[in-house]
Amino acid sequence: MNKIKSLEDLRKMKQSLEHGMNIREKSNEPDSLVQIRVAMATCGIASGARTVMNALVEKIEQEKIPAVVTQGGCMGYCYAEPTIEVKVPGKDPVVFGNVDAVRAIEIIEKYIVNGELLDGIIPTNYQSINEKQ
Amino acid sequence: MAQYKMHLLVCGGTGCRASQSEQIVENLKSEIKNLGLENDAQVVTTGCFGFCEKGPIVKIIPDNTFYTQVKPEDCAEIVTEHVLKGRKVNRLLYEDPETLKHIEDSKHMGFYQKQLRIALRNCGFIDPENIDEYIARDGYAAIGKIITEMTPEAAIDIMKKSGLRGRGGGGFPTGLKWEIASKNKADQKYVVCNADEGDPGAFMDRSILEGDPHSVIEAMAICGYCIGATKGIVYIRAEYPLAIKRLKVAARQARAYGLLGEKILGTDFDFDIELRYGAGAFVCGEETALIHSMEGHRGEPTVKPPFPAEKGYLGKPTNVNNVETFANVPAIFLKGAEWFASIGTEKSKGTKVFALAGKINNVGLIEVPMGITLREVIFEIGGGIKDGKKFKAVQTGGPSGGCLTEKHLDTPIDFDNLIAAGSMMGSGGMIVMDEDDCMVSVAKFYLEFTVEESCGKCAPCRIGNKRLHEILEKICGGKGVEEDIEYLKNLSRVIKDTSLCGLGQTSPNPVLSTIEHFYDEYLAHVKERICPAGSCKALKLYTIISDKCTGCTACVRACPVDAITGEKRQPHVIDADKCIRCGACYDKCKFTAIHVQ
Repeated sequence: MNKIKSLEDLRKMKQSLEHGMNIREKSNEPDSLVQIRVAMATCGIASGARTVMNALVEKIEQEKIPAVVTQGGCMGYCYAEPTIEVKVPGKDPVVFGNVDAVRAIEIIEKYIVNGELLDGIIPTNYQSINEKQ
Repeated sequence: MAQYKMHLLVCGGTGCRASQSEQIVENLKSEIKNLGLENDAQVVTTGCFGFCEKGPIVKIIPDNTFYTQVKPEDCAEIVTEHVLKGRKVNRLLYEDPETLKHIEDSKHMGFYQKQLRIALRNCGFIDPENIDEYIARDGYAAIGKIITEMTPEAAIDIMKKSGLRGRGGGGFPTGLKWEIASKNKADQKYVVCNADEGDPGAFMDRSILEGDPHSVIEAMAICGYCIGATKGIVYIRAEYPLAIKRLKVAARQARAYGLLGEKILGTDFDFDIELRYGAGAFVCGEETALIHSMEGHRGEPTVKPPFPAEKGYLGKPTNVNNVETFANVPAIFLKGAEWFASIGTEKSKGTKVFALAGKINNVGLIEVPMGITLREVIFEIGGGIKDGKKFKAVQTGGPSGGCLTEKHLDTPIDFDNLIAAGSMMGSGGMIVMDEDDCMVSVAKFYLEFTVEESCGKCAPCRIGNKRLHEILEKICGGKGVEEDIEYLKNLSRVIKDTSLCGLGQTSPNPVLSTIEHFYDEYLAHVKERICPAGSCKALKLYTIISDKCTGCTACVRACPVDAITGEKRQPHVIDADKCIRCGACYDKCKFTAIHVQ
């Protein structure tokens, strides 16, 4: 370990270290962030969900986008895997089908950052048990 | 550096380690490796999450899934289901005691919703043995800013404006304490961290040191700069081996980075710490006794003044603060005195950590803003009373505190309100009692502790507490008389007025407050000779219900003192004079023919 020689060095060190802790910081305030859930059931993984997830995580980290990527189970859209569900705070969740690494980046740039709608949205036709009262 | 998509935080506090959390860490790591996910998921040992009742805890980030009572053999399922396939392991999720529903993540748990974590900000969040994680969360930024950009006076001013009061029990304003120590001139001064946590049922300081040792070290350095001390000493009880280990690791790492030692961050400020171990004497939590113990003398208090700020360790000006007080300090400098002063009540700023224990559903460690009510703490965060029983009282302030009852449930908790209600904040132990707890026995329990822990230097404490305990034993033993209650009250007042140190001055509090709030219960013990809670053994009356007794003689054989007599196949009787109330007959009887009153 090298000694930290000044406050400036300490601040630089903090910046390089906070990267690894980002995911934990973000999880502290999940409701104020865009939540992206990648369906990671067997069908999703087989169609490349892991590549999609990696692409999403990298992009978010690079561009410092206030979003958090989590894994979910099978949503039932096995024909359209990999699928991702995007929930922007204050909006209804939107599910995108047939996502690959390129489309994943497109979704972030267009839908999350600019708020434009894209092709490939799967109309949600279900209610989850949590919503049903 | 790999970009992990998932962090698995495993509690490495003393409580969870006792239930194999180290094995859990090992198993999670090896399962992750087996599936080739080591670049995706990271396993981190953290400090206490506070939810000790349901430990060991495994928390999964970023979705905040909160797994409780995890066993080493559950790890394979967690990794293959959750980490690989994104499916939560439902059976390990926390179940809400009221709705019996599984709660998906910690943000929706009542236990966490009302909490505000300042002193515990890093507990259960970072790896306490990795200084980099502390630095990533602005660790050592406060000391860095202070020693490069501020004068000691300006820093003390911020402390005073924040309104922080000592969390060890007394509630003395911390900024003022630092100012007094800073004004006394000497060639050497000392910063002492009081980690001699001794209240029964309290484990706030231990958890902070185990979960976030760097915050305490950083705060001690800040204090050193403010008062002009270059040496810090942590007085910690030897019964806290894990806290000692993590403090040592933390100090070593800080030294390696040059954050302790000479010329910190290129300035002229030198500071380092060392550890002193206490043998676990309660009285050593009192600052003068603590200092004597550090000097190698008997842990006995002396009269103040002189205060340690004038003549403390080795006769030099010494500032003693408690662990939790220190843990608040870096946060105050990072976020500002105004921010800290905006939390809490008029005279008690910030938060307080409490150790919830006793007959409560969620036993554990919580941090709440001052001014929260007991009702919120006990029923919302604590999840209510165990087994649907009725709330009776809550004991705060440990052996120096008192009991609060139903009528205090809506009182906002702060230093002054608790004193007005006849108890005190103390270091933050909160023991909840239900209808089965006898308040005379509770007072007796605390007196037993005080008698054991009194250092014996002054007579009121040494002899007086012993007498108090004897009278309480007499009352619980069914031999008390009505005059005893008045006698208890008088003696208590004398002990309070004439004892040398805080231990004796507060030790009769449990007696006085139980007499005040539960006078009827005392009266029932001495006049009717019954214990309304049914807990005092000697006051139980065992009789045989003759209609139900078949004369099987099982109880006769069980009775160790031959107090039961009767013909075979005829109803038996218990001789109340011979009976020692052991309950053996009650346990043996197959016909529920034994009646206990």
